Amino acid sequence: MKTLLATLALTTALSAPALAAPVTLTTNLSNYGGDGAYLALYVTDSKGVYKGSLWMAGGKAKYYKHLSDWNRATGGNTAEISGITGASVGAGRQLKITLDLADALFDAGYELHIDAAVEDFRDSPSEVVVPLTRAGANKPVAGRHYIQDFTYGL
Amino acid sequence: MLRILHKVPGLIAAILIVVITLSGTVLSVLPAWEVVAEVPSRPEAGLSVATLVDRIAITYPGVEQIKRSPSGKITAFYFDGGQPGAEVIDPATGIGVGPYQRSGFARWMTNLHRSLFLDDAGRWAVAADAVSLLTLSVSGLMLTARRVGGWRHFFSRLRGPLTGRLHVEVARFTVVGLLLSSVTALFMVASTFELIPEAENPPVFPRVVSEQTGAAPGTMALLRDTPVSALRELTFPYPGDPTDVFHLITYTGEGYIDQGTGEVLIWANAGLWQRVNETIYMLHTGQGAALLGVILGLMALGAPFMAVTGAMIWLQSRRARPRIKGNTPAGQADTIVLVGSEGGSTWGFAATLHRALQEAGHKVHTGAMSGFRPERYTRAAQVIVLAATYGDGTAPTSAKGFLDRLAALPQAPVMSLAVLGFGDRQFPHFCAYGAEVARLADQKGWTSLLPMGTIDRQSPQEFARWGHALGEALGHPLELSHSPMIPQCQALTLVSRRDYGSDMQTPSAILRFALPQTGRIARLMGRGFGKFSAGDLLGIVPEGASVPRFYSLASGQADGFVEICVSRHPGGLCSGQLLALKPGDSMQGFLRPNPDFRPQANAKPVILIGAGTGIGPLAGFARSNRPGREMHLYFGARHPDSDLFYGEEMQDWQGDGRLASVTTAFSRTETRSYVQDALRNDAARIARLINDGAQVLVCGGRDMAAGVAEALADILAPTGLTPALLKAEGHYVEDTY
Repeated sequence: MKTLLATLALTTALSAPALAAPVTLTTNLSNYGGDGAYLALYVTDSKGVYKGSLWMAGGKAKYYKHLSDWNRATGGNTAEISGITGASVGAGRQLKITLDLADALFDAGYELHIDAAVEDFRDSPSEVVVPLTRAGANKPVAGRHYIQDFTYGL
Repeated sequence: MLRILHKVPGLIAAILIVVITLSGTVLSVLPAWEVVAEVPSRPEAGLSVATLVDRIAITYPGVEQIKRSPSGKITAFYFDGGQPGAEVIDPATGIGVGPYQRSGFARWMTNLHRSLFLDDAGRWAVAADAVSLLTLSVSGLMLTARRVGGWRHFFSRLRGPLTGRLHVEVARFTVVGLLLSSVTALFMVASTFELIPEAENPPVFPRVVSEQTGAAPGTMALLRDTPVSALRELTFPYPGDPTDVFHLITYTGEGYIDQGTGEVLIWANAGLWQRVNETIYMLHTGQGAALLGVILGLMALGAPFMAVTGAMIWLQSRRARPRIKGNTPAGQADTIVLVGSEGGSTWGFAATLHRALQEAGHKVHTGAMSGFRPERYTRAAQVIVLAATYGDGTAPTSAKGFLDRLAALPQAPVMSLAVLGFGDRQFPHFCAYGAEVARLADQKGWTSLLPMGTIDRQSPQEFARWGHALGEALGHPLELSHSPMIPQCQALTLVSRRDYGSDMQTPSAILRFALPQTGRIARLMGRGFGKFSAGDLLGIVPEGASVPRFYSLASGQADGFVEICVSRHPGGLCSGQLLALKPGDSMQGFLRPNPDFRPQANAKPVILIGAGTGIGPLAGFARSNRPGREMHLYFGARHPDSDLFYGEEMQDWQGDGRLASVTTAFSRTETRSYVQDALRNDAARIARLINDGAQVLVCGGRDMAAGVAEALADILAPTGLTPALLKAEGHYVEDTY
């Protein structure tokens, strides 16, 4: 898995080389009865200011505007997700990614967002918003429309 | 080349095309269905988005987004007690009429249609399919134009076998839709894969907002100025997020509205490219143009139909035409054999010639005369033209366009030319088309390899003789031993015969054979006797001959028997054998369709004109006529006591209305009258009938047909019509011998 240490270290202006540990992000989609969902996983600070992207599920950039919060924060800049893009996720399927996240991101007020969009269905920006805390690890959080639950495991 | 371009992708892509077009037809109905069944009411004229939002907000305070589909269906997405909901809204009240659900069926069908459930790989396959459909449409258009003799005649009446006619008939009315759908499909695939530029960038989210909340949507100027009919979607700001804004997308553009002040923060009009994109999407899906969608969907049904008829045509022509083994490409051959054939028999001679030349060490290319391209024959030393004659010297089907192309050449081709004409000496204009080819080539100064040869009635002996002459010219021996290809014959057993004419020294008879029994499998394989109607031809190969003779059928399959009318020709081998048959005896025969010679499928009157055994098919038409359709028979015979074929039936058919009138003319009675005299006597009625759109069917000897044409020309002169004009419209058809 591509390390996010560098990008996140830069955007969060953490000067000292941070310690990083592998984190597993598990997203289970519900059976919403539609085509595959586009998902954008990204981190903001406690005020909602975008810090960096973790993963983009969905290959066609023309649809990214439907991930409207992510799109708004990044201006749709695909450089933000260069190398961390995969296929869209079918209804009822699971997206599981493991990546190195800086330790400093936890218990520091950062939030993980997931924007979701499905063809011909309503867009669902910030479908999941979960604070990154060590205590919150391994505790499933439900989404609003398409995400059955989301868990990050340390 | 054009034919290959039409045939090969057609056969390969046929199955896929059937799947894609059928699913397309199903999908085409959905936008219309949405308009008819799912839109609760039309908004009152001038209803603004502001008013609509106010109405919806009363029922759904947690509304997040309002969408209007091109059909006019308005959907509100809302949150209520932490639960998301979606309702179809009646714009008159703002109240939901039912939950919004995206139909699983539509989604399934859409995915089949655009990707065969195979995602991107499937999309490429479907795109390739659209390319084949486009290729087929374009090459088919050009083939049709060629077939009917030019673009100006594109919608003229078609002739020839039924399958081919149906194929072209359906094609010319559906090709517009297929072209439109395949081109828009390719555009949409290109758009999906981002191969063409996206529409102009949408406006970016505003950097600066008032960070206030609370402006009521109903008071916002832009929403008040926007009619509901222009709305696409309106997205509300997040509750509790003062930095968020209203996002409005309409048919004219999109922009953002401040939730505190109600002011427009950013607005961008839709660009030209975006409108092009949207129009193409509409043209392909019918969303926003439901009626067009249904029409295109119906036209798409033409594709599976043409896939089936196209495959049938291909099979039929494969069967009719012998396979040329080892055909050298035109650019590498030293000898080019060009074939002008109508029914396919000349191809058999070509195959024999091809084989013999090949054995003599030549590299031979054999093709249709219509594919004449001298600039490609870069290595050819000679061109050999085998040309049959169709009708009165017109080009046979596979030679269409040859003379024009030859005439258009700036100079004669460098290789030498040999022309061999095929025909029948019984007809005037014997080998007329071949002679015309030779004449034009000579006029052009094209070097002749040997003088033009002729073959009478497919004679293998004459062909072999010509082969010797050709071999001499080429400087090596050439043996052409040709046995004409005769379709598989069935034994026809005579059931009964009625004899006529013995006192006039011309024995003749109506011969009735039992319907040959063929197994179901043989029928399916196309090996049976086949379906037939009166007017089709029965080929009989007499014993001791290799060339079939043809007789017009006086019965259809529905009659349950095979009937022909035969009179003895002096020295006639076939008629002699037929007239010697006793009930229980049998002859070998096969069927050849003659689809142009029969009454048209309409309710217009029909005038049947015939003499002698030419009465056969006409009697068949009368027998299968339904009372109510006006059918007049003019029949010429020698003497009422001698050769009045079907005399009794004619009375019966007149009695039950199948024949409106019967007029006879006898040449060996005191009156000495011919059928054309009978026509002239009835001039007023015939002119009136033809003016009313009556169809004229003539069957009999050549001289009689010429006399009839002359009489009709005189009769029609006052009306401004001519037999030639009627012929061109298919209102005047001859079957002569």
